[in-house]
Amino acid sequence: MMVVGLGHYLAVAAILLVLGVFGIFLNRKNVIIILMSIELILLAVNLNLVAFSAALGDLAGQVFAMFVLTVAAAEAAIGLAIVVIYFRNRGSIQVEDVTLMKG
Amino acid sequence: MIATIAFYVFAAVMLASAAAVVSSRNPVHSVLFLILAFFNAAALFLLAGAEFLAMILVIVYVGAVAVLFLFVVMMLDVNFDQLRGGLQRYAPVGAAVGAVLLAELVLVIGGWRFAPDVAALRLAPRPEQISNTAAIGDLLYTRYIFLFQIAGLVLLVAMIGAIVLTHRERHEARRQDIRIQNARTPAETLALVRVPLGAGISTLGIYHPVVAEPEDTELAPPGFDNPDLHTHEAH
Repeated sequence: MMVVGLGHYLAVAAILLVLGVFGIFLNRKNVIIILMSIELILLAVNLNLVAFSAALGDLAGQVFAMFVLTVAAAEAAIGLAIVVIYFRNRGSIQVEDVTLMKG
Repeated sequence: MIATIAFYVFAAVMLASAAAVVSSRNPVHSVLFLILAFFNAAALFLLAGAEFLAMILVIVYVGAVAVLFLFVVMMLDVNFDQLRGGLQRYAPVGAAVGAVLLAELVLVIGGWRFAPDVAALRLAPRPEQISNTAAIGDLLYTRYIFLFQIAGLVLLVAMIGAIVLTHRERHEARRQDIRIQNARTPAETLALVRVPLGAGISTLGIYHPVVAEPEDTELAPPGFDNPDLHTHEAH
């Protein structure tokens, strides 16, 4: 059982998620910081999953948190690859200019 | 008591470093604060009793993902100060959305409660005797084996996708082509020169070996295009 109450974990995870969403809005131009904010949001989700798993004594939450971690790692790799080739083609990473596929 | 104090310390450091990630002026500092946030989150996982996930978080996130971010930030030659323009324009919108989201989350956290039969609804009740790592392994390799394989497939697709996206042909690179190598004949590459006794190769004008490929003549240094050298003298 947890030494700290479930509500504390949920509050911390909620603040972390709000910080991640705020970071996406704050750094609209810098796509690398946006990717880091997404990592923070996924970390908040993992924190929620682990807290409920520990509070209920149910291991399925921790297994699911592992899958979230896997998808987060894959997403970071693909996102950074896209950033690298975009920088190679355009010479900048201003995501406001990314209108190539707008038609 | 110590665990409670540790929880508050780790949570405060994690939230402070998360705030520094999104507000830092230098992206390298952002990545380093992200690593600090991951370490503190791993400590929170440990306090919740999820040792395996805490170690995975340190290994995967700090060891792989954050270092990947650091590589990309340091590799791209970007003027990051220019990317910070419009901060005053976006900050109120972000703060408004964040406030609404936080209010909703506070409502949810303040109002929910467990179902009465929550203990019976558990998918995989935690075994009492064995450790966290062994219990997760028992579950992951039996009941969730297909999900585990799919997770491996996701990582494989991500790896292939990243390689395909960032791969580029280098035209100056010299590759080995076995077909061309096997098609070479001695007549193209070998020249037998009868050298008079006592004369060196410099007196005969032979400075370089005879090379048959036409593209190499463009790269060759001056003095190479001696027409005598391209006639294959077979004796």
